[in-house]
Amino acid sequence: MTALPQKRRGPSGVKRAEWRDGWLFAMPFLIGVVVFWLGPMLYSLFLVTQDWDMLGPPRFVGLLNITNALNDPLVSKSLYNTAFYTFIGVPLQLLIALLLALALNQKLRGRAFYRTIFYLPAITPAVAFAVVWMQIFNADFGVFNNILRALGLPGVNWLFNPDIAKPAFILMSLWTVGPQMVIFLAGLQGVPVELLEAAEIDGANSWQRFWSVSIPLLSPVIFFNLVIGIIGSFQVFNNAFIMTNGGPQNATLFVVLYVYLNGFRFFKMGYAATLAWMLFWIIMIFTAFQFFAGNRWVYYEGKVDKGTE
Amino acid sequence: MMSVETGPKNQNYVSGGNLTKRGRTLVQHSILHVVLILAGITFLMPLLWIVSTSLKTAGQVFIIPVEWIPSNPQWANFVEIFQILPLATFIRNTFIVTVLGTLGAVCSSLIVGYSLARLRWPGRDYVFMLLIATMMLPFVVTLIPTFILFKFLGWLDTLLPLFVPSWFGQAFYIFLMRQFMIGLPFELEEAARIDGASTWTILIRVIAPLCGPAIATVAIFAFLAHYNDFMGPLIYLSTNERFTLPLGIYWYQGRYGTSWHLVMAVSTVAILPMITLFFLAQRYFTRGITLTGLAGR
Repeated sequence: MTALPQKRRGPSGVKRAEWRDGWLFAMPFLIGVVVFWLGPMLYSLFLVTQDWDMLGPPRFVGLLNITNALNDPLVSKSLYNTAFYTFIGVPLQLLIALLLALALNQKLRGRAFYRTIFYLPAITPAVAFAVVWMQIFNADFGVFNNILRALGLPGVNWLFNPDIAKPAFILMSLWTVGPQMVIFLAGLQGVPVELLEAAEIDGANSWQRFWSVSIPLLSPVIFFNLVIGIIGSFQVFNNAFIMTNGGPQNATLFVVLYVYLNGFRFFKMGYAATLAWMLFWIIMIFTAFQFFAGNRWVYYEGKVDKGTE
Repeated sequence: MMSVETGPKNQNYVSGGNLTKRGRTLVQHSILHVVLILAGITFLMPLLWIVSTSLKTAGQVFIIPVEWIPSNPQWANFVEIFQILPLATFIRNTFIVTVLGTLGAVCSSLIVGYSLARLRWPGRDYVFMLLIATMMLPFVVTLIPTFILFKFLGWLDTLLPLFVPSWFGQAFYIFLMRQFMIGLPFELEEAARIDGASTWTILIRVIAPLCGPAIATVAIFAFLAHYNDFMGPLIYLSTNERFTLPLGIYWYQGRYGTSWHLVMAVSTVAILPMITLFFLAQRYFTRGITLTGLAGR
């Protein structure tokens, strides 16, 4: 009845209504970005130039925070610790996750059950996890030293030996690879069976099939796990804060922990913001580098290299 | 339970080649099972330690070799922790933060996800790029200024900073919701639009009811994040009566660190809801992780 005139006049009005609703519905996120990302980041930039203990008014100090950070031995120490934890820890985590995923990708009985078991530590509240690991690493009654002694070896002072503390943290991080494992598993299940069968017919053994067929097809997933794993690992905090508070001899003083201590223990807000920005740029540059390098080794199915066809 | 079944026996004798291949898989699978069982025990060890220690006496904790199943389980430990700690208050606070935070995450991701997936408007692609960017931004840079923001708002030592940001949508959840919504057929809205339904009505009546799996996934991840959050409560809360469970465990551990059995009893109380939820809703966990992990493909 009235459908016809409405339809003729409609498009622009309907379209405009959709534009309006589109922006309106995206508003919570846009406000959130401004209030919880953009605003804080700008304010944080301002803080870099300030000396502020949150009691008196902030005082302009120019580039003093930056020069202090460059000369602070604890900054280089925490950067070294963080890099050590990340560059040794993340590859190991991915390796364990991949091995578990490969095992669970077989047509095994009860593999859903195994998957559940391997995932469980990842959902344990971080505090409970850290607290139980303090006991597992305990030099007197902990699990590891129990095992070592049973084998006739001397016990290790896991958390109180500056040389062992970081490797101990890496060791415990291997328990929470559940999410990476699930991602690998999904990636492996996306490898077409026909491709693997074709390779088998061509005489490829199982290692060649894995290395030349599965791994290239899996490379986007490896890339994702690597990028996300490194971003997360660079910002490690909970375990070091709860278990060692940065000790022994600052061996587990990671950058975010040092930011926290400066901001919330020493109330040096400007200095803490400076350190946070420093880590921010390190992570961003590193992520950008990975995307750049990823172009070389990550295989995307959509991209066909016509030259070799 | 872990036995390897080879299917109907006589099939093994159909052909010689089949037999050796079957035999080989049987051996391979048996080895794999042994490896996986050992790995499984290793992975469960921390959880077993928490639960078994929570049932010990103070002295039993130090006995070597480790008593994995305490000889006389001390169930009274669980009564004691409620007497010496404001545990009920911790649980109530955690409940408030988790429920309101999860609700906020679900509502905001539904609304924003719908806009990004199914409404056409100028600038949408840029907003989506912004969304992806915020997923990768290191949170550390906002740690200090966000604290100052909440201090300025007078929200320190309240639960507000722990769940209010969720109502403004978190990139990861919006992304999940958008990916799911984009897969729904576009004819869905058309009929409703011709009937003159508003965008809001379409979202609530037509689209949201179809997003059950995505809502479940977002809800579970948000639940996990709010329930397990440690750094947030650590920074924002200072009075005992405001503490959430994770902060309560930390505080108690710092004060009475030697009462390992009681610390572990509190941990057990904190872990149980998580594990229950995980077993009930495991496939949504898996789906959510898979959706994000494969987004790069």
